[in-house]
Amino acid sequence: METDNPRTFAIWTRPFAALGRTAIAWVNNLGALAIFFLLASLKVFHPKQLAKIVQQIYDIGARSVLIILLVGLFTGMVLGLQTYHALVTVGAQGALGTLVALSLVRELGPVLTAFMITARAGSAITAEIGIQRISEQIDALDTMHIDPLRYLISPRIVAAVISFPILTALFDLIGIIGGYVSGVILLGANAGAYVYRVQASMELKDLTDGFIKAVVFAVIVTAVCCYQGYFAHLREDSHGARAVGLSTTSAVVISCVLILVADYVVTALLI
Amino acid sequence: MDTPLIEFKNVTKRFGTRTVLQNVNLRIYAGEVTTIIGLSGAGKSVLLKHIIGLLKPDAGQILFQGRPLDGMSRSETAASLAKISYMFQDNALFDSLTVYENIALPLRETTRLGRSEIHRRVQARIEQVELADAVNKYPSELSGGMQKRVALARALVTDPRIVLFDEPTTGQDPIRKNAILGMIAQYQRKFGFTAVLVSHEIPDVYFISNRILALYDRQVVFEGTPAALEAFDHPFNDDIRRSLEELERELTDPYARKRFAMTHRELEKKKQINQIHGSPPNGQGA
Repeated sequence: METDNPRTFAIWTRPFAALGRTAIAWVNNLGALAIFFLLASLKVFHPKQLAKIVQQIYDIGARSVLIILLVGLFTGMVLGLQTYHALVTVGAQGALGTLVALSLVRELGPVLTAFMITARAGSAITAEIGIQRISEQIDALDTMHIDPLRYLISPRIVAAVISFPILTALFDLIGIIGGYVSGVILLGANAGAYVYRVQASMELKDLTDGFIKAVVFAVIVTAVCCYQGYFAHLREDSHGARAVGLSTTSAVVISCVLILVADYVVTALLI
Repeated sequence: MDTPLIEFKNVTKRFGTRTVLQNVNLRIYAGEVTTIIGLSGAGKSVLLKHIIGLLKPDAGQILFQGRPLDGMSRSETAASLAKISYMFQDNALFDSLTVYENIALPLRETTRLGRSEIHRRVQARIEQVELADAVNKYPSELSGGMQKRVALARALVTDPRIVLFDEPTTGQDPIRKNAILGMIAQYQRKFGFTAVLVSHEIPDVYFISNRILALYDRQVVFEGTPAALEAFDHPFNDDIRRSLEELERELTDPYARKRFAMTHRELEKKKQINQIHGSPPNGQGA
């Protein structure tokens, strides 16, 4: 029989072997990522961390405000526009405020905020740490007996955990205003009904669930972006500046995928 | 002789299939200037990174004051390594920090000194390495030579017991080169630290070195004084001699040329006498 031939057998099993190797590599990387995050988190409570945390809140949080406002405004406006036209067909335009507010607070706010911070601050984190790695700056920290995890990673974790919920709240708020602009000012929906529906339909749980997601995303984004930069020199597919570039790309892609996976998992747990 | 401050026993290091160090044995004694010389890519920097703990040997032992580092507890290892400072070949300065912040970094992060004391110490180092005009500049705004001096100031700011210099004078003009070597020798005498240099600057480093370690073909083939190295009969020394003759032509300072020629001729004469009388060299082949 043909499959008795070991070479033929190997050809048939090769894709499964490759799949298995990829799966093992993913599990290994996730394990390493978890340990990396845990070790960095343990070093958060150190007397010399405050100034660095404030600096990182400025870099990750404050400098992302403008882009968050812009994206939040247009997301709310598009949501208002689409929802209004859909609701008109069933004569339920009074529910515009409910739909805009709940979509934003429960889903779009945390997810899109995380995407935008990943694109703006996450990529910068990976690139900065990656360059510090390949130019031996991280080795220099070791030789000066400064723990690189404490000095470089811990402040970013704390800053992200503080910044993500605040930026998410900002996104939600400006998104609701955007929905008002397009639905009420531009399309003529009832202003009082919109504001009343926004207030009446939202419960505290909606807000807390959104913030829980924001914190989970903050952990994912900082862990992935810092990890990719920190180990940029260990990439097998490239070296030097190219390794930093590819690590930055990987950091953004992996973060976005994990945000969506985590979004489903957290929603399923909280619902 | 005293117990070596640092000792390598049969240290082997591989990167993948490439063996960089093979059964390396060496001793570094307290209070001396020891220079590791060798051809480019011979593994000198790798050797230095083993001393500071950035790399771990695949086989063999590294002893610190007679005690193996791998047998120490984590706190003992940390305490031993805390006495060592390292100056990188490419400086490894933080490009997002100013000159002042770079030099102050180890003091700010690893000590409990007050702001004024840190400022006093940093300022003292800045003045010693003539960087007073560059305190608020970033490393990218400095020349290669100035960056080297910032790295030197940062390595010395914690008053370490052992300072490892990885190519401290590479890329420097002859005047700065002499100034840096002079400064290392001066600080070494003043503070009494143990200096370990990796350098290509032969014979310049001979003038400040108490001991030379020659790395050749993945092993330390010579340990001894600079004078003894001249009398050491080994293929490595032929390479050195050729480079010396080339360097003699490149010396720009007439005084340095004269002094070099005298030293070189003297050493050549000694080697010939040794060969005629069959007496062993002063150093020891490892």
